[in-house]
Amino acid sequence: MIGYLGFIVLIPLAAVVWKSTGGGLEGFWNAVTSPAALASLKLTFGAAAVVALVNAVMGTLIAWVLVRDEFPGKGLVNSLIDLPFALPTIVAGLTLLALYGPRGPLGVNIAYTRMAVVAALLFVTLPFVVRSVQPVLHELDIEMEEAAASLGAGGLTIFRRVILPNLVPAILSGVALAFARAVGEFGAVILISGNVPFKTQVASVQIFSAIESDRPTAAAAISIVLLGLSFLALLAIDLVRRFGTKHER
Amino acid sequence: MKRISGIVVSLAALALTLVASGCGGTGSAANEGSGGSGGGKLTLVAYSTPQEAYEEIIPAFQKTAAGKGVEFEQSYGASGEQSRAVEAGLPADVVEFSLDSDITRLVDAGLVDSSWNQNSYKGMVTDSVVVFVVRKGNPDNIQTWDDLLDEGVEVITPNPFTSGGARWNIMAAYAAQISQGKSKDEAIAYLNELFHHVAVQDASARDALQTFTGGKGDVLLSYENEAITAQQKGEDVDYVVPDQTILIENPVAVTSDAPQSAADFVKFLYSDEAQKIFGEKGYRPVVKSVADTFDYPTPPSLSTIADFGGWGTVKDEFFDPENGIVAKIELELGVSTDSG
Repeated sequence: MIGYLGFIVLIPLAAVVWKSTGGGLEGFWNAVTSPAALASLKLTFGAAAVVALVNAVMGTLIAWVLVRDEFPGKGLVNSLIDLPFALPTIVAGLTLLALYGPRGPLGVNIAYTRMAVVAALLFVTLPFVVRSVQPVLHELDIEMEEAAASLGAGGLTIFRRVILPNLVPAILSGVALAFARAVGEFGAVILISGNVPFKTQVASVQIFSAIESDRPTAAAAISIVLLGLSFLALLAIDLVRRFGTKHER
Repeated sequence: MKRISGIVVSLAALALTLVASGCGGTGSAANEGSGGSGGGKLTLVAYSTPQEAYEEIIPAFQKTAAGKGVEFEQSYGASGEQSRAVEAGLPADVVEFSLDSDITRLVDAGLVDSSWNQNSYKGMVTDSVVVFVVRKGNPDNIQTWDDLLDEGVEVITPNPFTSGGARWNIMAAYAAQISQGKSKDEAIAYLNELFHHVAVQDASARDALQTFTGGKGDVLLSYENEAITAQQKGEDVDYVVPDQTILIENPVAVTSDAPQSAADFVKFLYSDEAQKIFGEKGYRPVVKSVADTFDYPTPPSLSTIADFGGWGTVKDEFFDPENGIVAKIELELGVSTDSG
């Protein structure tokens, strides 16, 4: 098992770290603190945070509707949720551009703005929270809610005090996955963002530009920052989750 | 603790060997065999746009005596990526890129002989020029480089740092100023102004075309062959060849251990037949007698990249990501748009 993990994840990650130190510590620092790199990192993590938050709310809502409500075509909607995973992200970008671009049929033109970056990320990260909350909601004993209701709790109180605490761990792990994915996304963003440095250029595109300018070391260095910050964010979310579960019991 | 550091070292060593051996695999999706010594098989690695021309040129070559029975494996992609893939081990017998620095990279790696550009065409197999792609009927009446700076005109050009080929556009704008008698500082000031009008900087030339045909922008800086391809595909665009522009030259080379048939193929690329196919696909033939049969307009002032010291010099002076002229312009622009 360890060997498998090593080959699939650890060694490639180690290789990126190794590569990033090719220019020494100073080279590393210069690469990640260049104004263009900083701006793209700021945009990337900002957008990822927004996306994670929206997913937390909307993903839970969708999961709720899919588990608790009955409506015609539910099975179809349920299988639609995973499509953003199956669609090559560059196709997703192309589609979003056609829809929300200057000639889109909806009359919404957000292409080439930061809004577009967020929209593209929302599209590709949709399944994470839905799919992690759904099974928990399925397993949730409806008798608990009934008991609460019989003791006089209103709908909001039941949701806040009974349902939500049970869902929080699942929501958080979904949010963590969505966040990490948003940070590293490339294909869906590259077409619709317009890619203007300092305005709409995300870190993954900045990395691509470093590679294209024959600066593989700088590319690896920025990747390390992405990895490091994502790791910290995931760790923080995990800690909150653990604290929550411990607190609960 | 000692054991842990031992593990780290061996992991790192493993990682290195993986990097060294693994990279070759990344770009080779289109190639299953290793070209080179097969005799009857040639591997062509090229940038993306000439694919349509090669679809006609290869069958034509196979009909000649030299090309009889030669099979082809082809791989097309962004010029810089293709070049890096070959450098990292992607098998290739013939390479064609959008600019000669992508071949220089292979010369430095010992994969292409340094005499590659010693033929009478200096190693270049097709030419093109930087043009203005405009909406059908040219509603904004864009004719000159100065028109690009008119109030409200939105310009689309790929990001010169993600698209090596897009650097031609910037150099065309710069060359146009110099050939109109402007000083170097004035030409740089023009570039600065121009970037204020650039609304989108797509990652590649094809992405930029997509953006433009999708309805964004008033002018797209692109290559004549891309504009012609777009028209041939039925896109509603016109293009204007400005009075001052730059000559785009696309290099071709055989790799050092390629079989004789690779050299035969490159020789065929300079034949009237192959040059004519390139010409029909929107490229300017480098063979003059063939070029004369097409009516590609000759701009009054046509600069070449050699006028500015060649790509080696231009890359450092303009496109160094930290100190290059263009990097500084983008930085200035970024700072001003960030606060505004």
